[in-house]
Amino acid sequence: MSAITRDEVAHLARLSRLALREDELDHLAAQLDEIISAVAKVQEVAQGDIPPTSHALPLTNVYRPDEATPGLPPDQALAGAPAVEDSRFRVPQILGEEE
Amino acid sequence: MSVTDILSMTAARLGEAISAGEVSSVDATRAYLDQISRVDGEINAFLHVDEDAALAQARAVDERRAAGEELGPLAGVPVAHKDVFTTTDMPTTAASKILEGWQPPYDATVTARLRAAGMVILGKTNMDEFAMGSSTENSAFGVSHNPWDVSRIPGGSSGGSSAAVAAFEAPVATGTDTGGSIRQPAAVCGLVGAKPTYGGSSRYGLIAFASSLDTPGPIARNVLDAALLHEAFSGHDPRDATSVDAPVPPVVEAARRADVAGLRVGVVRELSGEGYHPGVLARFNETVETLESLGAKVVEVSCPSFTTALSAYYLIAPSECSSNLARFDAMRYGLRVGDDGTRSAEEVMSLTRAEGFGPEVKRRIMLGTYALSSGYYDAYYGSAQQVRTLIKRDFEAAFENVDVLVSPTTPTTAFPIGERADDPMAMYLADLCTIPTNLAGNAALSVPAGLSPDDNLPVGVQIMAPVLADDRAYRVGAALEAARNDTWGGTDLISKSPYSPQAG
Repeated sequence: MSAITRDEVAHLARLSRLALREDELDHLAAQLDEIISAVAKVQEVAQGDIPPTSHALPLTNVYRPDEATPGLPPDQALAGAPAVEDSRFRVPQILGEEE
Repeated sequence: MSVTDILSMTAARLGEAISAGEVSSVDATRAYLDQISRVDGEINAFLHVDEDAALAQARAVDERRAAGEELGPLAGVPVAHKDVFTTTDMPTTAASKILEGWQPPYDATVTARLRAAGMVILGKTNMDEFAMGSSTENSAFGVSHNPWDVSRIPGGSSGGSSAAVAAFEAPVATGTDTGGSIRQPAAVCGLVGAKPTYGGSSRYGLIAFASSLDTPGPIARNVLDAALLHEAFSGHDPRDATSVDAPVPPVVEAARRADVAGLRVGVVRELSGEGYHPGVLARFNETVETLESLGAKVVEVSCPSFTTALSAYYLIAPSECSSNLARFDAMRYGLRVGDDGTRSAEEVMSLTRAEGFGPEVKRRIMLGTYALSSGYYDAYYGSAQQVRTLIKRDFEAAFENVDVLVSPTTPTTAFPIGERADDPMAMYLADLCTIPTNLAGNAALSVPAGLSPDDNLPVGVQIMAPVLADDRAYRVGAALEAARNDTWGGTDLISKSPYSPQAG
């Protein structure tokens, strides 16, 4: 039995905002199936009451002094933008007609 | 001083020579730039070299020295910089088409500290796209070649950095290590590479792959040079919330001390056996014998959870990557595709990401999206985080009885380009021995163990030390280096590389 179906892979591509071609989906479905089957090994080991570790070292929130420092000037912040209009990022339409 | 003299010098010695006025930083920089133009057509270590900017930096150091300024031990010494660190004066791409030509508006902390140390940044080195890979084959801009055998991979993801140093195109280089991306390329190129304690070196301005694992570190031809570079860019950074607010471990002093007498060394039982080249194990076993002959007490140690580390890593790292790489949305910087006035932002985003990311990056984003999605989260990401706890416990238990742990750095020597390119699971095995340290956050160093009797290619040995005890790994590495160099004719292994200036 496969760990992941072709339909699930297509759904993952949509969630990941990747407009993949059909042949890419076919190729990835087989590879993801192999990888997920292999890494599922973690489930055998992670039995019982083991706390999760999200970070290598114990962390507590760190606050810096609340002092104003200059940010990037607009020309620098916009220097790498794909499109600029009136000193702002120009982006494609966000809402569709019916929204 | 001849060009051969300059290229053959260690970074430590070159720094001294520049400081003593025996050679100028401009001459040293020119020697390396010439070597780059001579050999990089074959090696492809660099994505970007700016000769004029490098010479201008060198001139500035020479002028500061002439004015009587006291400068650090690496002032005027050239360095190759991995293209994952932002640089205001050079493009920063992480070897991805999605960032092609991007010139960042700020310097990474590591970049800023290289500049403050007076180091001359020669250019930006090739890598696997977004640091995902073990061979540089995932670079959008072509593979780098291993100087020991140009038909083979230089390791990865910091493979441009290892190739550059092994081809004598730079005396030292920066790298980043998320699952072994410094230690594995160093090992397969016959070099020294360190993964500092997590949080010991700043991630500010480092293009993120997996934030709980990413660690900047040095690649060098010898242990002292690695320690000097480590010290130059490490230390607390208020701009990185996970930066450790503690002094940098005394790695330079440890590299100079270079003794292991009385030290307790644990050989990790789980990191050997099936899948390991006989030649790698032969060199590793020889290294263990050397440690014993130097007065270390060697015992075998079991870390049972290490056998599940690879699986946990390939859930945790892709999960973090799927979140981190969401920022490449075609809106504020980088590539934008299909913005023809009819498509929505979401469609443009999806087209751009499909075109801008390479196959491995897409694979990992989707794997991470899967592991984090509702219904699967507990079974995959949750379980992987529990395994991470078990691995930390294995390290803690081991370090109650030994001072350092040792293993081969990677199970095989450099493999031929193309051999694992479309077989992700085979590629992932290159990180088998290095991943546990990333998951636990402690320090590790890879040093050369000689050439494999199977194929005459470099083998690396890994020394793992507890959190913030990086100096201990350097101490052992330097002792091994000194002992091994005696058997290699009084020089570093790398001087036997085909691109060594001594090889003529």
